[in-house]
Amino acid sequence: MKWILVAAMVIATVLGDLLQSHQMKRAGEQSVSAGGFKRLLQVIAQRRLLILGIACNSVSFFTFMALVQTEPLSFAVPVSSASFVLETVLAKFVLHERIGARRAAGALVVLAGVVLVGG
Amino acid sequence: MNKPSPRLTPRSSAALKTYSVLVFFLALKAVGNSSMAWGMRQVTERMSMNPAVYVRAMLNPFVAVGVLALILALLTRIALFSLADLSFILPVTAVGYVIAVFLGKMFLEETVTRQRWLGALLIFAGAALVGSTTRNTTSPSSGRGRK
Repeated sequence: MKWILVAAMVIATVLGDLLQSHQMKRAGEQSVSAGGFKRLLQVIAQRRLLILGIACNSVSFFTFMALVQTEPLSFAVPVSSASFVLETVLAKFVLHERIGARRAAGALVVLAGVVLVGG
Repeated sequence: MNKPSPRLTPRSSAALKTYSVLVFFLALKAVGNSSMAWGMRQVTERMSMNPAVYVRAMLNPFVAVGVLALILALLTRIALFSLADLSFILPVTAVGYVIAVFLGKMFLEETVTRQRWLGALLIFAGAALVGSTTRNTTSPSSGRGRK
Protein backbone atom coordinates (compact mmCIF):
# COMPACT_ATOMS: atom_id res chain seq x y z
CA MET A 1 0.00 0.00 0.00
CA LYS A 2 2.85 2.32 0.93
CA TRP A 3 4.49 2.02 -2.48
CA ILE A 4 1.19 2.35 -4.32
CA LEU A 5 0.71 5.71 -2.58
CA VAL A 6 4.28 6.74 -3.42
CA ALA A 7 3.81 5.79 -7.09
CA ALA A 8 0.47 7.62 -7.31
CA MET A 9 1.99 10.70 -5.67
CA VAL A 10 5.07 10.80 -7.92
CA ILE A 11 3.08 10.22 -11.13
CA ALA A 12 0.53 12.90 -10.19
CA THR A 13 3.27 15.42 -9.30
CA VAL A 14 5.24 14.83 -12.49
CA LEU A 15 2.18 14.93 -14.74
CA GLY A 16 0.80 18.01 -12.99
CA ASP A 17 4.00 20.04 -13.26
CA LEU A 18 4.69 19.00 -16.86
CA LEU A 19 1.18 19.97 -17.94
CA GLN A 20 1.33 23.31 -16.12
CA SER A 21 4.76 24.20 -17.45
CA HIS A 22 3.82 23.09 -20.99
CA GLN A 23 0.67 25.19 -20.95
CA MET A 24 2.16 28.27 -19.34
CA LYS A 25 5.06 28.41 -21.79
CA ARG A 26 2.36 29.10 -24.39
CA ALA A 27 0.14 31.43 -22.39
CA GLY A 28 2.42 34.48 -22.39
CA GLU A 29 3.97 36.18 -19.38
CA GLN A 30 1.74 36.42 -16.34
CA SER A 31 2.02 38.66 -13.28
CA VAL A 32 0.81 38.40 -9.69
CA SER A 33 -0.76 41.81 -9.15
CA ALA A 34 -4.51 41.93 -8.38
CA GLY A 35 -5.23 42.30 -12.10
CA GLY A 36 -2.60 39.69 -12.88
CA PHE A 37 -4.39 37.06 -10.79
CA LYS A 38 -7.66 37.89 -12.53
CA ARG A 39 -6.05 37.45 -15.93
CA LEU A 40 -4.38 34.24 -14.76
CA LEU A 41 -7.74 32.80 -13.69
CA GLN A 42 -9.07 33.58 -17.19
CA VAL A 43 -6.07 31.81 -18.73
CA ILE A 44 -6.73 28.78 -16.49
CA ALA A 45 -10.42 28.72 -17.40
CA GLN A 46 -9.53 28.56 -21.10
CA ARG A 47 -6.97 25.78 -20.92
CA ARG A 48 -8.26 22.30 -20.16
CA LEU A 49 -4.83 20.72 -19.92
CA LEU A 50 -3.86 23.35 -17.36
CA ILE A 51 -6.93 22.49 -15.27
CA LEU A 52 -5.95 18.82 -15.56
CA GLY A 53 -2.47 19.78 -14.32
CA ILE A 54 -3.95 21.52 -11.28
CA ALA A 55 -6.18 18.48 -10.63
CA CYS A 56 -3.02 16.33 -10.67
CA ASN A 57 -1.56 18.71 -8.05
CA SER A 58 -4.47 18.07 -5.74
CA VAL A 59 -4.20 14.30 -6.23
CA SER A 60 -0.52 14.53 -5.30
CA PHE A 61 -1.38 16.72 -2.27
CA PHE A 62 -3.94 14.26 -0.90
CA THR A 63 -1.80 11.17 -1.55
CA PHE A 64 1.01 12.94 0.32
CA MET A 65 -1.36 13.61 3.23
CA ALA A 66 -2.43 9.95 3.22
CA LEU A 67 1.21 8.85 3.11
CA VAL A 68 2.28 10.94 6.11
CA GLN A 69 -0.60 9.55 8.14
CA THR A 70 0.98 6.12 8.14
CA GLU A 71 4.63 6.79 7.27
CA PRO A 72 7.10 9.15 8.97
CA LEU A 73 7.85 12.48 7.31
CA SER A 74 11.47 11.36 7.08
CA PHE A 75 10.30 8.73 4.59
CA ALA A 76 7.63 10.77 2.79
CA VAL A 77 9.70 13.87 1.99
CA PRO A 78 12.81 12.18 0.52
CA VAL A 79 10.76 9.64 -1.42
CA SER A 80 8.64 12.43 -2.92
CA SER A 81 11.79 14.00 -4.32
CA ALA A 82 11.88 11.14 -6.85
CA SER A 83 9.52 13.36 -8.84
CA PHE A 84 12.24 16.01 -8.90
CA VAL A 85 14.60 13.75 -10.86
CA LEU A 86 11.91 12.49 -13.21
CA GLU A 87 10.64 16.00 -13.90
CA THR A 88 14.08 17.40 -14.68
CA VAL A 89 14.72 14.59 -17.18
CA LEU A 90 11.30 15.05 -18.78
CA ALA A 91 11.76 18.85 -18.88
CA LYS A 92 14.68 18.16 -21.21
CA PHE A 93 13.05 15.59 -23.44
CA VAL A 94 9.38 16.62 -23.40
CA LEU A 95 9.53 20.38 -22.83
CA HIS A 96 12.87 20.74 -24.70
CA GLU A 97 14.47 22.85 -21.99
CA ARG A 98 18.23 23.21 -22.22
CA ILE A 99 19.79 21.77 -19.12
CA GLY A 100 23.45 22.65 -19.03
CA ALA A 101 26.10 21.27 -16.69
CA ARG A 102 25.59 24.03 -14.11
CA ARG A 103 21.83 23.54 -13.86
CA ALA A 104 22.18 19.74 -13.71
CA ALA A 105 24.83 20.01 -10.99
CA GLY A 106 22.70 22.48 -9.00
CA ALA A 107 19.64 20.23 -9.27
CA LEU A 108 21.66 17.27 -7.96
CA VAL A 109 22.98 19.31 -5.00
CA VAL A 110 19.43 20.42 -4.18
CA LEU A 111 18.24 16.82 -4.42
CA ALA A 112 20.89 15.70 -1.92
CA GLY A 113 19.77 18.55 0.36
CA VAL A 114 16.12 17.56 0.17
CA VAL A 115 16.96 13.96 1.05
CA LEU A 116 19.00 15.16 4.06
CA VAL A 117 16.29 17.57 5.25
CA GLY A 118 13.69 14.81 5.08
CA GLY A 119 15.86 12.02 6.42
CA MET B 1 34.04 44.36 -22.94
CA ASN B 2 31.30 46.92 -22.31
CA LYS B 3 30.47 47.89 -18.78
CA PRO B 4 26.99 46.71 -17.84
CA SER B 5 24.59 49.62 -18.07
CA PRO B 6 22.99 50.59 -14.73
CA ARG B 7 19.54 51.07 -16.21
CA LEU B 8 17.23 48.10 -16.61
CA THR B 9 17.47 46.36 -19.94
CA PRO B 10 14.44 44.26 -20.99
CA ARG B 11 16.46 41.20 -20.07
CA SER B 12 17.27 42.33 -16.54
CA SER B 13 13.75 43.60 -15.90
CA ALA B 14 12.45 40.14 -16.89
CA ALA B 15 14.91 38.65 -14.41
CA LEU B 16 13.72 41.05 -11.72
CA LYS B 17 10.12 40.08 -12.41
CA THR B 18 10.93 36.36 -12.22
CA TYR B 19 12.76 36.76 -8.91
CA SER B 20 10.03 38.93 -7.37
CA VAL B 21 7.35 36.39 -8.32
CA LEU B 22 9.63 33.67 -6.90
CA VAL B 23 10.04 35.54 -3.58
CA PHE B 24 6.29 36.19 -3.44
CA PHE B 25 5.64 32.46 -3.97
CA LEU B 26 8.10 31.45 -1.22
CA ALA B 27 6.52 33.97 1.19
CA LEU B 28 2.99 32.72 0.50
CA LYS B 29 4.09 29.13 0.89
CA ALA B 30 5.85 29.89 4.19
CA VAL B 31 2.89 31.81 5.62
CA GLY B 32 0.47 29.14 4.36
CA ASN B 33 2.36 26.16 5.74
CA SER B 34 3.11 27.76 9.13
CA SER B 35 -0.43 28.98 9.62
CA MET B 36 -1.81 25.59 8.59
CA ALA B 37 0.58 23.70 10.89
CA TRP B 38 -0.24 26.03 13.82
CA GLY B 39 -3.97 25.70 13.24
CA MET B 40 -3.90 21.92 12.78
CA ARG B 41 -2.34 21.56 16.22
CA GLN B 42 -5.49 23.06 17.66
CA VAL B 43 -7.75 20.73 15.68
CA THR B 44 -8.40 17.68 17.82
CA GLU B 45 -10.36 15.63 15.30
CA ARG B 46 -8.29 12.97 13.54
CA MET B 47 -7.97 13.31 9.75
CA SER B 48 -9.47 10.54 7.64
CA MET B 49 -10.66 9.88 4.10
CA ASN B 50 -13.90 11.67 4.98
CA PRO B 51 -13.82 15.11 3.30
CA ALA B 52 -16.14 16.58 5.95
CA VAL B 53 -13.31 16.34 8.47
CA TYR B 54 -11.15 18.63 6.30
CA VAL B 55 -13.99 21.11 5.89
CA ARG B 56 -14.49 21.19 9.68
CA ALA B 57 -10.74 21.72 10.19
CA MET B 58 -11.00 24.83 7.98
CA LEU B 59 -13.32 26.41 10.54
CA ASN B 60 -10.15 27.08 12.51
CA PRO B 61 -9.05 30.59 11.39
CA PHE B 62 -5.35 29.65 11.18
CA VAL B 63 -6.17 26.68 8.96
CA ALA B 64 -8.43 28.90 6.83
CA VAL B 65 -5.71 31.55 6.37
CA GLY B 66 -3.24 28.75 5.59
CA VAL B 67 -5.48 27.25 2.91
CA LEU B 68 -6.07 30.69 1.35
CA ALA B 69 -2.34 31.46 1.27
CA LEU B 70 -1.58 28.05 -0.25
CA ILE B 71 -4.20 28.56 -2.99
CA LEU B 72 -2.57 31.93 -3.83
CA ALA B 73 0.81 30.18 -3.76
CA LEU B 74 -0.47 27.63 -6.30
CA LEU B 75 -1.62 30.44 -8.63
CA THR B 76 1.68 32.28 -8.17
CA ARG B 77 3.58 29.12 -9.08
CA ILE B 78 1.50 28.81 -12.27
CA ALA B 79 2.40 32.42 -13.12
CA LEU B 80 6.04 31.52 -12.47
CA PHE B 81 5.79 28.74 -15.06
CA SER B 82 5.06 31.45 -17.65
CA LEU B 83 8.34 33.17 -16.79
CA ALA B 84 10.87 30.37 -16.31
CA ASP B 85 11.73 26.75 -17.13
CA LEU B 86 10.38 23.85 -15.08
CA SER B 87 13.98 22.65 -14.58
CA PHE B 88 14.78 26.13 -13.20
CA ILE B 89 11.72 26.49 -10.94
CA LEU B 90 12.02 23.09 -9.23
CA PRO B 91 15.47 23.59 -7.65
CA VAL B 92 15.03 27.29 -6.80
CA THR B 93 11.66 26.76 -5.12
CA ALA B 94 13.25 24.02 -2.99
CA VAL B 95 14.51 26.96 -0.89
CA GLY B 96 11.01 26.66 0.59
CA TYR B 97 12.24 23.57 2.50
CA VAL B 98 14.95 25.71 4.10
CA ILE B 99 12.42 28.38 5.11
CA ALA B 100 10.16 25.66 6.52
CA VAL B 101 13.02 24.29 8.64
CA PHE B 102 13.73 27.81 9.97
CA LEU B 103 10.12 28.65 10.72
CA GLY B 104 9.55 25.24 12.28
CA LYS B 105 12.42 25.91 14.66
CA MET B 106 11.50 29.52 15.43
CA PHE B 107 7.74 29.37 15.84
CA LEU B 108 6.72 25.75 16.25
CA GLU B 109 9.67 24.84 18.48
CA GLU B 110 10.65 21.84 16.36
CA THR B 111 14.09 20.39 16.88
CA VAL B 112 16.44 20.68 13.91
CA THR B 113 19.21 18.11 13.69
CA ARG B 114 22.66 18.81 12.27
CA GLN B 115 21.80 16.62 9.30
CA ARG B 116 18.81 18.82 8.54
CA TRP B 117 20.89 22.01 8.68
CA LEU B 118 23.39 20.41 6.29
CA GLY B 119 20.52 19.53 3.95
CA ALA B 120 19.27 23.12 4.12
CA LEU B 121 22.76 24.39 3.27
CA LEU B 122 22.97 22.06 0.24
CA ILE B 123 19.55 23.22 -0.99
CA PHE B 124 20.71 26.83 -0.77
CA ALA B 125 23.96 26.12 -2.61
CA GLY B 126 22.25 24.09 -5.33
CA ALA B 127 19.48 26.67 -5.77
CA ALA B 128 22.06 29.46 -6.08
CA LEU B 129 23.87 27.44 -8.75
CA VAL B 130 20.65 26.86 -10.72
CA GLY B 131 19.60 30.47 -10.11
CA SER B 132 22.66 31.65 -12.00
CA THR B 133 21.64 29.80 -15.20
CA THR B 134 19.40 31.17 -17.97
CA ARG B 135 15.88 31.15 -16.54
CA ASN B 136 13.99 30.50 -19.69
CA THR B 137 15.51 28.41 -22.49
CA THR B 138 12.32 27.79 -24.46
CA SER B 139 10.97 31.30 -25.06
CA PRO B 140 11.57 32.84 -28.52
CA SER B 141 13.83 35.52 -26.98
CA SER B 142 16.14 32.92 -25.41
CA GLY B 143 17.75 32.10 -28.74
CA ARG B 144 16.07 28.78 -29.33
CA GLY B 145 13.50 30.39 -31.60
CA ARG B 146 16.08 32.50 -33.42
CA LYS B 147 17.11 31.48 -36.90
